Amino acid sequence: MLSEGNLMFIAVSLAILVTMALALARALMGPTVYDRIAAANMFGTKTVLFIAVLSFLSGRMDLLDIALVYALINFIGVVAVLKLVDHGDFHSSGKEESKAAEVDQC
Amino acid sequence: MAFKYGVLLFLFWFLLSGHYGLLLLGLGLASVALTVFLMKRMNVIDHESYPIHLSAHMPAFIVYIMREIFSANIDVIKRILLPGSNPISPQMLELPLPQKTDLGRVIYANSITLTPGTVSVNLDKDTILVHALAKETADELATGKMASAIPDYSVGQEGR
Amino acid sequence: MLIIDILSWLCLGAGGVIGVIGAIGIHRFPDFYTRQHATGITDTLCAMLILSGLVLQAGLTLAALKLAMIFLFLFITSPTASHVLANAAMHGGLKPKLDVTATGGKS
Repeated sequence: MLSEGNLMFIAVSLAILVTMALALARALMGPTVYDRIAAANMFGTKTVLFIAVLSFLSGRMDLLDIALVYALINFIGVVAVLKLVDHGDFHSSGKEESKAAEVDQC
Repeated sequence: MAFKYGVLLFLFWFLLSGHYGLLLLGLGLASVALTVFLMKRMNVIDHESYPIHLSAHMPAFIVYIMREIFSANIDVIKRILLPGSNPISPQMLELPLPQKTDLGRVIYANSITLTPGTVSVNLDKDTILVHALAKETADELATGKMASAIPDYSVGQEGR
Repeated sequence: MLIIDILSWLCLGAGGVIGVIGAIGIHRFPDFYTRQHATGITDTLCAMLILSGLVLQAGLTLAALKLAMIFLFLFITSPTASHVLANAAMHGGLKPKLDVTATGGKS
């Protein structure tokens, strides 16, 4: 069961877990809100790598799909949280929308 | 245009799933149709398409950017592990933006951010504000070597 | 076969070590903008090495294609996210700590 290959995967996933723990510490400590978001972003990227390694460790290739989706959701989540921090809420007023439409047209 | 997106999305779906049962193919086709419908409704189908005929420059650029990423990583790692002999000296600098098209600008800004040690902070009409980790990285970026390595996409979009 | 295994283990090991170095970096650097550079290491070289190590293990299969796609997504989204973060921090009024000898034009 525990061949050298598996041992390597376990070592790498441990290293990624250490990285994630340090990123989480920065997210908890971070003096500014931007530090926290950056750390959360890094945590998400490492999660993608962790899931990919895990899929090889357990031999279940379906997990790669989850990693793929996580990579996309992580990015959208970061942008959404940043928008929340900048504007205070998600919904935009009608004025902003008409401005966006103008930009689209030109 | 919408049809092209549909074909592309279906190919993508097939690569991801690897299934070819009749029921699953039908479900995939239905989800692609729904996605294209939503894209049309949201009006996000772009009118500027990717200029494939200019992609001949792309492989050389990818090799170049990979080499840059590698050496920049080594530099930043040295600055993390040996702060005594490789001190950091954060800089802000404003660089000219030689690319004329949106795509070229985005590629340039992303290449700057992708190489560790430099992060693009703000894009203006014809300048770009960059935060650099050290004076050496800032100086190297200021030579404009990277800007001239970006493939010029301006030809394909003259009519816009 | 053995050579490919050794190569992939080297990639995986180096990737793990570089990830930890980047994580040390985000605790050593003094302010938000410099920490972005340390995050950049883990997003580029670490991800690159780990994913290519896994591709070498997978061989020519659907799994390798999916890994390549993860790689592509990460390389498009991670600089964009970094840029958006730095841009938001700048507009939010967070001043970077600059070196006293800085000469670059500051807005």
